[in-house]
Order: sequence, then structure tokens, then C-alpha cells
Amino acid sequence: MEFFIGHYNYWIVIILMMVGLYTVISRGNLVKKIIGLNIFQVSVFFLYISLGTVKGGAAPIITEGVKVYSNPLPHVLILTAIVVGVATTALALALVVRIKESYGTIEEDEIHNLDHSL
Amino acid sequence: MRPDLILHVIAKFVIPLIILYALYVQFHGDFGPGGGFQAGVIFSAAFILYSLVFGLDTAEKIIPSHWLRILAALGVVIYAGVGVASLLLGGNYLDYTLLGSNQIAGQHLGILLVELGVGITVAAAMLILFFAFAGRGRD
Amino acid sequence: MIDIVIDITLLAFLAITSVAIVRMTNLFAIVMLFGIFSLLSAGLFVVMDAPDVAFTEAAVGAGISTVLMLATLALVKRPQKPYYGEAPQSHRAWLPLIVVAVTGSALVYGTWDIPGFGAPDAPAQSHVARYYIENTMQETGVPNIVTAVLASYRGFDTLGEVTVIFTAAVAVLLLIGGKRSKPAVKTNKKGEQDEA
Repeated sequence: MEFFIGHYNYWIVIILMMVGLYTVISRGNLVKKIIGLNIFQVSVFFLYISLGTVKGGAAPIITEGVKVYSNPLPHVLILTAIVVGVATTALALALVVRIKESYGTIEEDEIHNLDHSL
Repeated sequence: MRPDLILHVIAKFVIPLIILYALYVQFHGDFGPGGGFQAGVIFSAAFILYSLVFGLDTAEKIIPSHWLRILAALGVVIYAGVGVASLLLGGNYLDYTLLGSNQIAGQHLGILLVELGVGITVAAAMLILFFAFAGRGRD
Repeated sequence: MIDIVIDITLLAFLAITSVAIVRMTNLFAIVMLFGIFSLLSAGLFVVMDAPDVAFTEAAVGAGISTVLMLATLALVKRPQKPYYGEAPQSHRAWLPLIVVAVTGSALVYGTWDIPGFGAPDAPAQSHVARYYIENTMQETGVPNIVTAVLASYRGFDTLGEVTVIFTAAVAVLLLIGGKRSKPAVKTNKKGEQDEA
């Protein structure tokens, strides 16, 4: 039971990661691929935050009477990664919009066929 | 009666509160949870709500898009400028200690300015992204 | 104890939501589910003592990125019904499944050596993290350690991140900022335009 609680977070992180990876490699729709990438990204956030949590710790804001704090370093890294993540997601979505405008579709197979029938 | 009347009234009531909250998160970030990244995103969320409710053209009258481009660059310039200022004062790049009379005051001022730069860039960049996507839809 | 229960429940919800996202084919529903996914993540970050991260995830993941994805969907919808449908899969699903299963089991094998969740003596807790927690107050006078590390100790890092956001905004403007040029491929029909 101790082992289960101690590793449950990491297992869920791996499940999310694999769901994201599966979506990216098995689906042909470009928007869905981007959502899969985002799920993968969030799973990495959870890995970092889980590693930084300390049992019985408080949020890393110094308060009188609190001795144990969680690790602030992963919070800093992930905080910036989330905002950078949405900026790069927007860039990917912009590319999808351009692909739709020039090919008329966002399905990978149809784009592939269009490229080879020209 | 216009069908979106309730939406308009609620939005007019909520948007100032969101902006006020963004400013609180920005300038209280030293003491509680918050900082430039969060404040910038919350600030831009207020304007996105505004343009969803009142229309894109009205929103672009309030913040013209060429302003947004200047603001996005201005935030990075403020951040890098704080680093250059600490260089000119004789310290290392982004070493805020020399900005104030003692170490604590210098660090406080440096962190405040840097967070301000982050907030301005993030808010402007998020609005640029939203306006780019939403503006593409109308011909 | 109660936070462990909340942690386990919310993580299970997350896993279920992600599986639902994969199995759905309506892109509109997928984007809304992704908003729910982000909101659940924000709740979990609070449980794991990271209020700053939760703040950002709630505003960015559930707010901005959902709006951006909906705006994209309005631009890329099909001309006929189903507007937001995904094309049926033509490939067989077993090859990606095998790849994912093998990678997943290798990763699970790797978790055996990770110190348990919340272990106070884990290596991650002992190096710079301890320095930040002990010295932030004397060196910067800022009680929020996350802000101090973000803006002061790791200022170079954050400068780079801000530049990345600025660059992404510039790139999006270059890609879709201007007026639309003539479409290269004629879309099938000009009918059924509204329904945004």
C-alpha cells in the first residue's frame, strides 16, 4: 500500500504520457495531434510537480511557524513552461490554419494524397 | 429586448474586477502567489472576454493592434534594460543588488521591474495571438 | 491523508478524461474536454502545494488555450456536416498500440527506483532547493520563494522564456496576422458558411 501511494502519481503520469503519444502517432487530424501533444506536455508538468512535493510541506511562501516547504524549483520551471507552452501551441495552430487554407483539409492522409496527385 | 443584454451587463460588471485582480496578482506577487506570468494572462483574459461579448472591432478600438506589438516588445526591453542598468552600475548582468541603497531594496526593485516587463509582454503576446486567430475568420 | 485521497481521485479523473479525448471524434467536444482536463490539472497543482502553477494553468489552460483552439476550429471546420468531425481512421491501430505499450512498460520499470511521492529525503530536495528555502528571505526579502527564484536567482532563464513568448507572437503574426490571400485550392462549395 505504501509503495502504491508512493508511485501512483508517476504511473498516472506515464498513462497520460502514453495517451498523448498514442494520439500523436495514431490520429491523422492535425488539431487532434496538437491536443495529444498538449496532454503529453501536461503529464511532464505533473512529473516535475510530483517530484517537488514534500510530505506535510507547505506552499513555498515563507510564513512564520512553518518549517517544511515544498521544492520551489519545479514550480518555477513549470510556471514558465505553461505560458511558453500556450505560445508554441498557438504557433502550431497557426500553421494548421495555413495548411487548411492552402490544402482545404487538416487530415494528414488527404494532405498526403493531394501532394502526390499534383 | 436584445438577447445578449444580460451578457453585456454581467461583462461590464466583471471585466473591471478581472483587471483589478490582475493588477493585484502583478504587484502582490512578491508576497502571495502570483507574478508577471499569471497577471499577464489574467489581464489578457479580461480583454478577450470583452471582445467575445462586444465584438472584435470594438475591442480593437480600445487596444489598437500596433500598440500591442509595441507593448510586447516593450516588456522584453524593460527586462533586458534592468540587466543593462545593473551592468552600467558596475555589477553583473541582472544582478539587482546595486539598483537600491542596500541588497534587499535593490532586489525588491529589480524583481518588481522584471515582473512588470514579464507581465506586459505576456499580456500583449496573448492578445496578439487571440486577435490574430479571431481576425482571420472575418474577411 | 485527505490530500492523498483528493490526489488519487483527481488523477484518476485526469486519466479518464484523457482516454475520453482520444476516443472522441467530434473536435468541438474534444476541445471542451481539454478545457476540463486543464481545470482538473489546476486543482491537482493546488493539492500538490503549487498555487503559482495552479493559477497559471487555470488561466492559460482552461482559459486562453481553449479560446485559441475554438477560434482555430471555426477556421478549419469542414464545409459540410459534420463540421467538426474527425475523418475515420484508415490505418490499423495495433502498431501505435505496441509502440506505446513497450515505451510505457519501460517507463513503469523506471519508476521502481524513484523515491516515493513526497519523500523528504529525495535527492531533488537536497541541493539548490534547500539553499533557496533557507536563504531567500535574507538575500532578497521576498517571501514568495517562487517569485524570487523566477525573477532573481534564475533571471536569465526567465529572460529567455519571455523572449520565446515574444518570438511566438511575432511568428503567429507573420503566419496569420495579415489579410488572407486568395485560396490556392478551391473549397468545394460556397454554401453553408455560418454556424460559427
